[in-house]
Amino acid sequence: MAKRDVPPRWDRKMQQRLARGEAAALGELYDRFASLVHGLAYRVLDDERAADHLTRDVFAHVWEHPDAYDPRQGPLRTWIAALTHRLAVQRLRATETAALARGGSGSVEELETKVRHASVAARADYIVQSMPAPLRAALELAYFQRRDYRQTAADLGVTEDEARRRLRLGLQLLSTAREAASPGAPGTPPGYGGAA
Amino acid sequence: MRGAHEDEPERNDEPDRDDRTGRPGAPGDADTAGGAGDAGARGTAAGAGGGAGGEPGAARIPLPRASVEDTGRALPDAVPGGPLTLEHHVLTSLLGAWALAACSAEEAAAVEAHIGECEPCADEALRLRDAVALLQRPESLDLDPALRTRVLEGCLERRPPRIPVPEWATPYDAETARLDALLQDIGDAEWHAPVRLRWFEADGAASRRTTVAGVIAHLLTVDGLVAVALGLADPLGDIAAPTSAPAGRTEAYWRASHFPPTRAVRAPWREQSHSIVRTVSFTGDSGGMPVSYGDFELPLHDAMLDRAFECWVHAEDIAEAVDYPYEPPSARHLNRMIDLAARMLPGALAERRRAGLAAPGARPHLVAAGEPGRSLRLEIEGSGGGEWLIPLDSPGALGSADHEVAHVALDGVEFCRLAAGHVPPAEAAAGQVGDREAIRDVLFAAAGLSRM
Repeated sequence: MAKRDVPPRWDRKMQQRLARGEAAALGELYDRFASLVHGLAYRVLDDERAADHLTRDVFAHVWEHPDAYDPRQGPLRTWIAALTHRLAVQRLRATETAALARGGSGSVEELETKVRHASVAARADYIVQSMPAPLRAALELAYFQRRDYRQTAADLGVTEDEARRRLRLGLQLLSTAREAASPGAPGTPPGYGGAA
Repeated sequence: MRGAHEDEPERNDEPDRDDRTGRPGAPGDADTAGGAGDAGARGTAAGAGGGAGGEPGAARIPLPRASVEDTGRALPDAVPGGPLTLEHHVLTSLLGAWALAACSAEEAAAVEAHIGECEPCADEALRLRDAVALLQRPESLDLDPALRTRVLEGCLERRPPRIPVPEWATPYDAETARLDALLQDIGDAEWHAPVRLRWFEADGAASRRTTVAGVIAHLLTVDGLVAVALGLADPLGDIAAPTSAPAGRTEAYWRASHFPPTRAVRAPWREQSHSIVRTVSFTGDSGGMPVSYGDFELPLHDAMLDRAFECWVHAEDIAEAVDYPYEPPSARHLNRMIDLAARMLPGALAERRRAGLAAPGARPHLVAAGEPGRSLRLEIEGSGGGEWLIPLDSPGALGSADHEVAHVALDGVEFCRLAAGHVPPAEAAAGQVGDREAIRDVLFAAAGLSRM
């Protein structure tokens, strides 16, 4: 769905400015992506301070390795979301493992379940944020505002057919959040990219 | 504003909704956010319940949230003519609405009957039901505004920038980012919330009514003075302003648009502030280039501090209008802003004398430029505070402790509100010792630094 061969100009320029060591570019990067990064980190870690720390780690990683992002491989937003996801899951597993090692309650299986749930929840958030706005608007009306699809159609000024289509397509996209490979797998976690 | 989402269901609370969600004590949607983890279990239970509810075989798939079957009411009498007969493609297209409990009871019944016998649709229905459990209200967690500075500083320590943002531009960078974060959170309607801009003019309070969007337009046009000095585009474009003074530019901009400004003004304002920070990083000098404000000039580094100060002051105006908390700048930045005001005071005092608003001191102590002169000690307490010696009789004189005739102490934020024209000088909560006339003059001069 994304036009992968033509990365947005903003992404390319940003990558070049970061590589040049332009501090102003880092500020702009933060302004554009901090709430995405912090939101995903919080969804995985469920702790505000941990999310703050992770936000710092993500931006430090991008600033220190500006060449790690290749604009030809997709939008910067997707890449940053995937990076955040990977680092957050790593961090969650590390903290939970340490807690287990200190004699905390729970088992390794429970730990893995927790990590998987957190991972799916974060991916679902990202998919909702990144899906085309008309789909998101339809889900928002039908779910959070409890409008039925006819009311949703009227609110959005579309046909009832179209409202049904948007609700179904939105949920189909969202359901891909569960298509997780093993959560610790390297590379881009599934769910980042398809919906971007 | 935070409550905007929460308010929605109330407004949409139409009677007919009861058909779908009228279960007594039905849990609010917010409850489902925490339930993502046990969606499977919940779904299975609901399915079993539905199966026992008298529709054997139809409930292989978990029933939708708040389906009419869960209400304990009679099944809809809306099925008088028997079950709906729908074509397969219609049933398929209904799966999303069904999973969200957003179709009619008849349609839900038809879908449920269908998925009892159609494997692909049953699979999809299950998938979509599971997906609904993943819908979560966006966290309304605020990013700590101080986090930006911490994150950026951490990064810059690890890899020093080849092109840094000049130190005198960081307050502007931080304040524009803070205001932008506030703007991100406010709803469409709040952009039209009334705001009264207040300042001090000719020793009296002045004000001008506008809206939240109007305030951003004001910041856009006045920041534009810096943009123009840097060779960037003037946000006024083709609009002719009578003067290049801040108020004249703003009024011209407001007048030129046929409609009141909307939230659409945020993007150009933010883009310009980013461009300014970026461009000053490349100026390579120490920020001495003059920026014209029409009837006066400031060197670029002071103009950037002035714009940071104005950004904060107007962010507070906006925050107040939309009932939102807003903190003062960081101590370091507040200190720079106070320092700018303190440095501008001797000139403002001279201006007052020229305008006949202040008599020369009873015992003026005129000295040659660069020599110590009669001074007022300005002691700023609290965050960002410090002490400044303000030469009273000539902008060219040096502040001098040996010639101190008065001492004023006030809180940093209070001083800034005074200098913004938001606190009348007579009411400024200032501790004072010494020459009353000198103190009055300095407080009025501070208030006179404000403008629209």
